Amino acid sequence: MTDQVDSHDTQTQDDTAAARVPERGAELPRGQDQRVVLGHDKPLRLDCGIDLGPFTLAYSTYGSLNAEKTNCILVCHALTGDHFVADPHPTTGKPGWWHQIVGPGKIVDTDRFFVICINVLGSCMGSSGPAETDPATGKPWGMRFPVITIGDMVQAQARLMDALGIERLFAVIGGSMGGMQALEWAHTFPDRVFACVPIATSYRHSAQNIAFHEVGRQAIVSDPDWCGGDYLEHDKRPERGLAVARMAAHITYLSEQALHRKFGRRLQDRSTITYGFEADFQVESYLRYQGSTFVDRFDANSYLYITRAMDYFDLAEENGGRLANAFMGTKTRFCVISFSSDWLFPTSESRAVVHALNAVAANVSFVEVQSDKGHDAFLLDEPEFHETLQGFLDGAAEHLGLPRRGEG
Amino acid sequence: MTHIDTANQTVAQAGTVAAAGAPPGANAGIRVDLQLIASLVAPESRVLDVGCEDGTLLSYLWQTKRVDGRGIELSMDGVQAAVAQGLSVIQGDADTDLKDYPAGAFDYAILSQTLQATRNPRGVLEDLLRIGHRAIVSFPNFGYWRNRLHLVTQGRMPVSRCLPSQWWATPNIHLCTIRDFRDLCRELGVTVEAAYALDSQGRKSRLSADGSLANLMAEQALFLLRRK
Repeated sequence: MTDQVDSHDTQTQDDTAAARVPERGAELPRGQDQRVVLGHDKPLRLDCGIDLGPFTLAYSTYGSLNAEKTNCILVCHALTGDHFVADPHPTTGKPGWWHQIVGPGKIVDTDRFFVICINVLGSCMGSSGPAETDPATGKPWGMRFPVITIGDMVQAQARLMDALGIERLFAVIGGSMGGMQALEWAHTFPDRVFACVPIATSYRHSAQNIAFHEVGRQAIVSDPDWCGGDYLEHDKRPERGLAVARMAAHITYLSEQALHRKFGRRLQDRSTITYGFEADFQVESYLRYQGSTFVDRFDANSYLYITRAMDYFDLAEENGGRLANAFMGTKTRFCVISFSSDWLFPTSESRAVVHALNAVAANVSFVEVQSDKGHDAFLLDEPEFHETLQGFLDGAAEHLGLPRRGEG
Repeated sequence: MTHIDTANQTVAQAGTVAAAGAPPGANAGIRVDLQLIASLVAPESRVLDVGCEDGTLLSYLWQTKRVDGRGIELSMDGVQAAVAQGLSVIQGDADTDLKDYPAGAFDYAILSQTLQATRNPRGVLEDLLRIGHRAIVSFPNFGYWRNRLHLVTQGRMPVSRCLPSQWWATPNIHLCTIRDFRDLCRELGVTVEAAYALDSQGRKSRLSADGSLANLMAEQALFLLRRK
């Protein structure tokens, strides 16, 4: 897939190839699963007040940048996502998390667009985060990693765009936490975003969502193997806590209808209930499986940090309590998309974003896709959603003067 | 003209400009009433089309006049179709969603065949003229002679090409006559820049919508309004 010599199959931080990459000037590596170290000269001033630098970002690129550097689409991933947006995940071997959307001839067409997806700061797939080594101590950061925000993630991504020499993105697209990043991009860098597609997301995390996150965090820190966050040094992993966190969260990604359709009250490999606490029901077995596979690919401390970043996100609060202030004078074209059965980020949240954008006479499209698949619908095969996204991107490309589909 | 049913023939004979446009459904462009609206819009202006359906007018305005168009549409199917064409359309409601927009955000606010279906037509009209420097508003004329005749001779609510639904099914909850509408414009201190009497298909009549004859003979009316 890539001709880059310094592609990475493992997630090591002390990576000499990445360390050699200069921050500006020379070409950054392109292709799947690359690393870049940024912030040598100028550390990233985080919202918490701490300077982070140098820091590493893991990313993948697809397609090629045009001569004018106007065809870049940044795809932002969700809470437990990563930069493997279109190519198989190295741990699970599963197809990229948005392979239906991103690829040659697909909606986010890598034949026409230069697509980049960056593992967020604080995550565990190669970007700087609590599981990586603190250069000051030579030990894993653990809970000594500074608390990061959605704003910090976006500032880090902007540094990478600077390093690539990309002044303006054609589009920033993301679902769930990725949508928060898309909104943050449009707010912080209005001149650098031509089009913004926040999907199944909100301008702020609701009390209910913070509550669910807190359940997950408490499950992790209550696991004795968490070891105050230093489990890596003790050669342990809080797998039970992380699995329970994932199980609780997974319920919020589905809908009552979807759960009922998939499982109902059907029993798991048995004809009658056992009057015990084994997984009698299919839905129990399914959740246990979701939890157990998640711990293979995700770091517990990263889960704490990233859920916290989402909790802290509130674009209205940051802008004097009025969301419209976040988008004053924006020239960005927005396409807000929600799903009717999403109760984690319900349509009312998207509508609030739309109302705020209307209040500043922004260019905005808004579609609520009818689906019974809950929040996860944005990751699934939803033809109406795909048509909307395709139409919006085609329209935006036409307005920017990029070639039409098929014109390459 | 063969497609016109008997209910419209009198108007067609009496007042319409000879049908230059193709009948609806032919592939010769957009509906005549939308063409008339488009003809009132200046090139490269900013337009808000309230009740834009599938975005036909917005698409036409972009293709022919490079208009910066936005739409609001109640039906999700309409919104979906419009956005899939690359148009900037949101799902929303004239009664509740116009208040979000800042004053003077658009050169034109268009409300085609929707005013009579709003809960608060006066508020909607005020909002249109707050948001847009001009408003283009069309509506079925309840003073049309056939409506009057229907009520007088049959004692029942009129059902016609422009008002196709029975009283219990109609979305039209605030019907008015051309004269009523002019009264409201006067009360709101709105300048009528142009007014057109239309037949059932939105073709422009020779009648001036200023006269009382139009209130009797026009099935629909189209107004170009401006804030004073």
